[in-house]
Amino acid sequence: MNVEARWETFAHDADIGVRGSGATLADAFAGAATAMTAAICDPARVVPKDAVVVACAAPDDEMLLVDWLNALVYEMATRRMLFSRFEVSIEDHSLRAIVWGEPVDVARHQPAAEVKGASFCELAVRRDAGGQWLAQCVVDV
Amino acid sequence: MDLKNLRQRGEFEWELPRAGAMRVPGVIFASRELIAGMDEKVREQVANVAGLPGIVTASYAMPDAHWGYGFPIGGVAAFDADDGGVVSAGGVGFDISCGVRTLHTGLKLADIETQKARLADRLFARIPAGIGSTGGVHLGSAEMVAMLRGGARWAVAEGYGSEADLTRIEEFGCVAGADPGAVSDQAKKRQRDEMGTLGSGNHYLEVQVVSELFDEAAARAYGLAIGDVVVSLHCGSRGLGHQIGTDFLREMVLAAPAAGIALPDRELACAPLKSALGVRYLGAMRAAINCALANRQILTHLARQAFAEVFPGVHLPLLYDVSHNTCKEETHTVDGRKRRLFVHRKGATRAFGPGHVELPHEYAHAGQPVLIGGSMGTASYVLAGAAGTEERAFGSACHGAGRAMSRHEAARRWHGRAVVDDLAVRGILIRSSSSRGVAEEAPLAYKDVTAVVDASDRAGLAGKVVRLSPVICVKG
Repeated sequence: MNVEARWETFAHDADIGVRGSGATLADAFAGAATAMTAAICDPARVVPKDAVVVACAAPDDEMLLVDWLNALVYEMATRRMLFSRFEVSIEDHSLRAIVWGEPVDVARHQPAAEVKGASFCELAVRRDAGGQWLAQCVVDV
Repeated sequence: MDLKNLRQRGEFEWELPRAGAMRVPGVIFASRELIAGMDEKVREQVANVAGLPGIVTASYAMPDAHWGYGFPIGGVAAFDADDGGVVSAGGVGFDISCGVRTLHTGLKLADIETQKARLADRLFARIPAGIGSTGGVHLGSAEMVAMLRGGARWAVAEGYGSEADLTRIEEFGCVAGADPGAVSDQAKKRQRDEMGTLGSGNHYLEVQVVSELFDEAAARAYGLAIGDVVVSLHCGSRGLGHQIGTDFLREMVLAAPAAGIALPDRELACAPLKSALGVRYLGAMRAAINCALANRQILTHLARQAFAEVFPGVHLPLLYDVSHNTCKEETHTVDGRKRRLFVHRKGATRAFGPGHVELPHEYAHAGQPVLIGGSMGTASYVLAGAAGTEERAFGSACHGAGRAMSRHEAARRWHGRAVVDDLAVRGILIRSSSSRGVAEEAPLAYKDVTAVVDASDRAGLAGKVVRLSPVICVKG
């Protein structure tokens, strides 16, 4: 698990921004994924019991973030699951992850809004002067 | 938004003059107060859209415009294929053909007062809503193709509703030119179990009462009178539309440089209408419109079943069905010449005026019903497409209130249970499985829809006909 991953959501007029950060690019991507779950429900309520493998590749890291979040949106929609634990590895704009979660339990998870897709709005993947990675974009809910 | 960048054309019409890469000016229809409350991002996005190839006349923003992706939400822009025009996946958005449908019930408020709680429970039991919900209709691959081609026509043929419903839907329930082959397998898989589901977030089914009347003649044409109970539902093309938006946004971003298109914002992702990618997107996007129309048709059937359980023998004919996030090929007169244009409406409603050939004959004199959703505690409106609106903004009007604060802020300020209790005191029953969802959708999290419809009315886009007040609201 990307234990160094930190996450937050940020405001957008109509939707929600998701932001992850950490010591590595993979940590930041894992944080952004947790933030996306937080846009739906409290990630602490999602038990990481079932594993799903996710893989994607893109021409650059920003596109890779959009692809990564959209791959999770697809898995959530078709498996009717929510995810709370993300083990991510990234090499040359190619991502492979094992993600853990469980089937949606409306009474327990209290999901507020469905994520329709990750957008290019406020999209950024960068490393700051201190060496910390940041990955963010707005997701449509 | 700073008014000093705008030139006032009329009390409710403001021009953003052409500058830099803009090919046409921007035009914002709104009151001074609404404009002042808009984010500067709206101006930036209106200007960016004005720079897209083949745009015709102007880049428009409706009174409810707010910061979107690429296009502002509330943005309208038309493109000419013969002039190098483009179609933009970002200009349509993820929730393709999200829209509002309103049904008559033939009942008055007094008829339902004693049965309100039971009706709310039956609607909540019948309508699949919220994350993880599945519909009772599960489509195999041949049925999926038929649905994507046929839209609400397919649903009626499958036994959901009647032929009479189709005349009260834009394009009479089925948009031509849908290409199921252009829809990815992932998009189809997302939709397999989602037919006849409401979704979540700002999607809803409401029982409403006509609480104020502004235009007696148009109300009569629409069959509306004070005290009438109607049902409105707001939802779209579900997972299929979301995935098509995702697929083509990516593809258009990557293809833009080769097509010679410099995107000031990747979210404006677009392709020439005459390119293979543009044609493929149009085919897929039209399939998603049909999916949304079929979805609302199935939900209509479920609402009718719920009503029949409580009020045996009741009929729920359509008032009308409008779509918000679309690109439609339409004929418009520009500088005295008829042209086929591809009109993008992103969070905007088609609002054809009186006499338009695409209106059902019974609405020909009044103009197209324009159904405006509000929040669950305030009001919705029925407007009528105004005469001359095709010249003003290619026959378009506003679509709703727009959020006044973020979901995060709303959930921090209110608790879902308290919102439900407060509304119950006011006679509004809420049914939702998500307390946080209700808090995020709290009435005060939305802007005042009345100011938006007043501006639409005064700007000559669509005139106010009636106000609808909520009685029951089923949320996802």
